Amino acid sequence: MKLIATTFAVLFAFVVQAQAIDIKQVITDKGIKALLVEDYTLPIIAISISFKGGSSQDEAGKEGTLRLMTSLMDEGAGDLDSTAFQAKAEELGLEFGFSASRDSFSGGGRLLRSEREGAFNLIKLAINEPRFDADAIERMRDAIRSNIKSAKKNPSSVGREALREAIFKDHPYSRSTSGTEQSIDAITRDDIIAMNKKILSRETLTIGVVGAISEEELKIAIDDIFGNLSEESSIQKIEDVTPALGDDISIAMPVPNASISIVYPAIKRDNPDFFAAHLMNHVLGGGSFSSRLYREVREERGLAYGVSSGLATLDHSAYFVAGTSTRAENREEAIQVIRNEIDRIAKEGITKEELEKAKRYVSGSYAISNLDTSGKIASVLVALQTQNLGVDYIEKREKYIADVTLEDANRMAKEFFSVKPTVVVVGPEVTQ
Amino acid sequence: MIRQILLGASLILLTLSAALANENDAKPNISEFILENGLKLVVIPDRRAPVVTHMAWYKVGSADDPAGKSGIAHFLEHLMFKGTSTYKNNEFSSAVTEIGGQENAFTSWDYTAYYQKVAPSALADMMKFEADRMRNLVLTEEVFLPERDVILEERSGRVDRSPSAILSEFSRAALHVNHPYSIPVIGWEHEIAKLEMKDALDFYERWYQPWNAIVVVAGDVDPQATLELAKETYGKIVASRDETERTWTKSPSAVVSQSLIYKDERVTRPSWQRTFRVPSYRTAEDGEAEALDLLSAILGGSATSRFQKEIVLDQELATGAGAYYQGSLRDSSSFGFYGVPRGETKLEDLVAAIEAQVDKLLKDGVTQEELDRARQNYLKTIIYSQDSQVTLARIFGSVLTIGGSVEDFISWPERLSKVTVEDVNKVARKYLDRNRSITSQLLPQEG
Repeated sequence: MKLIATTFAVLFAFVVQAQAIDIKQVITDKGIKALLVEDYTLPIIAISISFKGGSSQDEAGKEGTLRLMTSLMDEGAGDLDSTAFQAKAEELGLEFGFSASRDSFSGGGRLLRSEREGAFNLIKLAINEPRFDADAIERMRDAIRSNIKSAKKNPSSVGREALREAIFKDHPYSRSTSGTEQSIDAITRDDIIAMNKKILSRETLTIGVVGAISEEELKIAIDDIFGNLSEESSIQKIEDVTPALGDDISIAMPVPNASISIVYPAIKRDNPDFFAAHLMNHVLGGGSFSSRLYREVREERGLAYGVSSGLATLDHSAYFVAGTSTRAENREEAIQVIRNEIDRIAKEGITKEELEKAKRYVSGSYAISNLDTSGKIASVLVALQTQNLGVDYIEKREKYIADVTLEDANRMAKEFFSVKPTVVVVGPEVTQ
Repeated sequence: MIRQILLGASLILLTLSAALANENDAKPNISEFILENGLKLVVIPDRRAPVVTHMAWYKVGSADDPAGKSGIAHFLEHLMFKGTSTYKNNEFSSAVTEIGGQENAFTSWDYTAYYQKVAPSALADMMKFEADRMRNLVLTEEVFLPERDVILEERSGRVDRSPSAILSEFSRAALHVNHPYSIPVIGWEHEIAKLEMKDALDFYERWYQPWNAIVVVAGDVDPQATLELAKETYGKIVASRDETERTWTKSPSAVVSQSLIYKDERVTRPSWQRTFRVPSYRTAEDGEAEALDLLSAILGGSATSRFQKEIVLDQELATGAGAYYQGSLRDSSSFGFYGVPRGETKLEDLVAAIEAQVDKLLKDGVTQEELDRARQNYLKTIIYSQDSQVTLARIFGSVLTIGGSVEDFISWPERLSKVTVEDVNKVARKYLDRNRSITSQLLPQEG
């Protein structure tokens, strides 16, 4: 085949500068705040919302209440039963869903600009007048119960539950977010309604919107959707908790793979050292194919398909966890290799070169990972508010990263990895 | 690296997006070029964010695994990250992570693809590395052997630990008997364990050639400038082999029904599935694939489908019941429906209810209202695919590698709009024949 003789000079200019995203701070007539990125490239609008107070608000004995409530938020509202509600959403092309974490209750989705009135009305109905019909409650209860049963046979799920109970003891964080077979049966319709009233309030609401909508249009929509919610939140205060560590937990299950988690202390998102910890973790076992754990466990030894580590940051606690899943015969070696790497990073730290590489990755990856779709940008807008990062965070972030010194990063490694970890292993032939 | 199986929905999304885009004057502006060495370049500009997705697709997948060497296409995908004669192990990956980029790869029966998502200023470098590894891969036993263990781990994690994955390997094998689609993408364990470095290199040499590659660039780029970059990199590759046909063995006509049962101690809730061998968009007679897409939506593909309304909501027999059609395959495809019984419901009662719904549809047909709604639902939501450059790149890459064209997408909504109630009823009666189906049951281990 003939080779094309190319002599074209590659002299065009790509847009290199990451143009700062133009974020508008919106305050409605009723005083509700939101962040907006106006963009008319596509005729769509992405919305993300969040309320403080997640599954940690479940009462003891009624674990799973918030999750059950969440599953019912699009199962009928106002005069629309489940079928009618879903049909309406389909007709409008509205894709909107709700979710719950330990610390928050969130919603998000997208709609077509041409159908925005109908779509906003449907969201308004879901937020203000959820029906919580008895048949929908029972259907969702059955589905959740079925999930709880099957999770008991899944080593990863079993490992997560054991880890949580071990490190959080009596704190609400120790409870199962989806509930237990007993607790899920104990939840009444009144409990669900009470949870809904407790969580949904204007006080802890944050909103991020991206797309084909003006500031004025958005203000009217927000007041219409959220204006009638109670002004004050009635969520309970959750105490800060330090994870209790040092346990060795082995759970035998007749499965081919062992699920392994190794847990150390960490710091919360609002700690000034957050980026030092984040960069150190990136070198050790962060998401890329070049981390130390990936290289030692997978590349060099072929012990597992995936291995990684990360900081789990909650509103009231934080921990570090390294984990993998491996066939039974590789289990002990995999644990040993991971622990060796953790001991090594605590003792020797990372190198200047590793830190600089990690900085370049962590700086560059933000836009690439978080700002390429409307929905992701809307989530970022919510995170800027819930984590008190500030509207100018996207610009400032680079400086926060650049300011981390080698000493900072290595201090984090020493701080985290100087205690005996909790090790949770779920898999075949594990004996106490 | 991941192995991923794309479902038929992606074709629908894509083609519809092109259509609806017309109406809203937000059509993705797609440019297509063919270099002299046969490599195809597709550019889809999206200037909203300073990000670009670069994907290299090869028209080769696990369906091209030689007999007895199942898994080699996927294995080679892993090995493509191990360095070349120009750049040593990890140099490419380092260049990606160095700038905060993302990279990965995936293999299906029909194709293998590699991608990076980076800042636009790095596109030239990505093309340089990707073009280099198309022809200059270097393997040693030192990297090959641990990687084979990684793949056995991957198989164990994906299949052995999931009872439903174990069953679906066998039901797929039954549906596509004597066809390479009967083989799992990742390969059978006993064959993976015996794969050798030479197998990977032979496969590489045969298929990783410019005439077999499609490069898709989506994001903050200019088409003409991207073409120049491609000429500088991919354009310089000289093929070491002439174009080869992909030849696959065919399945005999389906004439029997088969029932597969898998019992596993880990199963806590039984489930049931029935599949039928049907044509894909590429192999179907005019309009049949479009009709099958609409049929799956009406029967069990949406929140207002018959299964959802009748079986899940009204009769309260299932926690979930649905139907699907995988239209975007190079060769014959599958249509299926499934159900998971709710609470104490007996599996046979759920199966009877599903069969009753199907029989009713075969007897009375679908309604015009159902057809219109299914069509509208597709059209309404399609525009969303344009919000993600990765989604667009994947849609176009997969469709082009399986033999479709950009024009196919553009005309899709129009073809969809021509489907009549009779067309849907006809494909339903033609293909949903219980006597030529595979029924799979996943059951708890008794006692």
